[in-house]
Amino acid sequence: MVPLLRVEKVNKAFGTNHVLRDVSLDVHAGQVQCVIGPSGSGKSTLLRCVNRLEVPDSGHVYLDGQPMGYRWKGDTLREMTSSQLAVQRRQMGMVFQGFHLFPHRRVIENVIEGPVVVGGVGRATARERAMELLSKVGLADKAEAYPDSLSGGQQQRVAIARSLAMRPKLMLFDEPTSALDPELVGDVLAVMRDLADEGMTMVVVTHEMGFARDVADHVVFMDGGCVVEAGPPGHIFGAPEHERTRSFLARVL
Amino acid sequence: MTIAGSPADQAAQDGGFRSAEGVRKVPLRHPWWWVGGALLILIIGMFAQLLVTNRNMDWSTVLEYLFNGEILKGLLRTLELTVLAMVIGLALGILLAVMRLSANPLFRAVSWLWLWFFRGVPPLVQMVFWFNLATLLPKLKLGVPYGPVFASWDTNTVISAFTAAILGLSLTESAYAAEMIRAGIQAVSKGQTEAALSIGMSRFQVMRRVVLPQALRIVVPPIGNDLISMLKFTSLVSVLATPDLLYSAQMIYSRNYKTIPLLLVATIWYLVLTTLLTVAQQQVEKRLKTTHPQTGAMKNVKRLRFLPSFGKA
Repeated sequence: MVPLLRVEKVNKAFGTNHVLRDVSLDVHAGQVQCVIGPSGSGKSTLLRCVNRLEVPDSGHVYLDGQPMGYRWKGDTLREMTSSQLAVQRRQMGMVFQGFHLFPHRRVIENVIEGPVVVGGVGRATARERAMELLSKVGLADKAEAYPDSLSGGQQQRVAIARSLAMRPKLMLFDEPTSALDPELVGDVLAVMRDLADEGMTMVVVTHEMGFARDVADHVVFMDGGCVVEAGPPGHIFGAPEHERTRSFLARVL
Repeated sequence: MTIAGSPADQAAQDGGFRSAEGVRKVPLRHPWWWVGGALLILIIGMFAQLLVTNRNMDWSTVLEYLFNGEILKGLLRTLELTVLAMVIGLALGILLAVMRLSANPLFRAVSWLWLWFFRGVPPLVQMVFWFNLATLLPKLKLGVPYGPVFASWDTNTVISAFTAAILGLSLTESAYAAEMIRAGIQAVSKGQTEAALSIGMSRFQVMRRVVLPQALRIVVPPIGNDLISMLKFTSLVSVLATPDLLYSAQMIYSRNYKTIPLLLVATIWYLVLTTLLTVAQQQVEKRLKTTHPQTGAMKNVKRLRFLPSFGKA
């Protein structure tokens, strides 16, 4: 079976800082994979390479068997234009640590922006669907508010709704709760849990070990730009094989 | 020896600590404020006396011409020049700012050259130059370079004094606006671009829908400043015999020799206009300030017609 997402020997360096070293990863449809590891281990960069916000120095990312950022032309790969890449990106949503809602637009406008501007969906239809999504994340009553009047947790839930509005096949979460006050983390994790229960394919970079243990099908431990160890949560948390995994878990648990 | 119970006595008992409680305090005095103030009032008084008593001021003539048809027509022309030069300058400025931040080195270089040239050449020199363009290029042609010509015009009919004025003013403005807008674009966080890309926008959509609307709102205050400068710079067009406010006044005093009163008429109108613009600008800035410095700035400006609503289209 072709995995929904395949990361194949991806390398990325910023100057002399080699952030990703031959990272490979397969994510099958319906799976929830959590990527854990110390800060600076390359987790976020990996996610950004998947979405091609960063261009890998070598290696490839495949979505549905198609290489990200390239299209086949006979026996060669042609680099995509910005708008072709945009079409490909629509298939995956991304949630950022810093939310990045559009501050000049209301909550509802943030959510319909993608479908209307990019997806060509009519405003009325988009609004209806956006209201459904906002109810789902528990924020239907904030539809007409501006993002800066919401708490961090609320903003992050709107950001999730904004991504879902594009009906992605895959959701990427880049430390979605790291910028939140502790008491707001739970609401966001609950929304993500619901999403996982509905069968959404998710790759979650996180420091929430409880979430990784309970929700993930597969946990990836990264350190120093490499995947050190990967497997079912029971294995990673219960019987880690590598010393580095053990010492990391000892520090965070 | 001190009297028992006096503060000093108390201090002695407390081991040198002297309480300030209940003691009369003398505020710092500013004798020089009075001297300086008196001097200023004297100077202002002398100036007021000059305004009122100098017969060459001729206030009755000022009043007579303040609402003169020729003057009002000039006033309208001044406004027309200001608005047109500003709109063209801003549109070009946005283009130049985006080029300046482009990944394409040629775009960056051309933009840099443009800024260097049009910021360096005074608008007055430019205006005269544009007005005399016919000497350099007698005909303006539209067609394929080195190929067939589809249409051609006599340069002198295209470049009137008015067009020359607009060119000089708007090209200068474009250079200044470009720098401000570039700073505005750079002030919009990178996360905004990434979030927009992640929902599948193309680079062009990101710029038009997300970055520019925020950047332009950030630069509303400096652009307001530019608008006020522009209003005054339009007076340069009098050298091209374009009947703006100043030139209309000059035309009248060249006939009746009442130079000072007519210059006063122009001065009064310029002051009225800049005052109105300043008040408008302060209102805009107040609205910007009442919300978030960068983010919340957006919501209120939406209602203002201060800027053409780029990015809304």
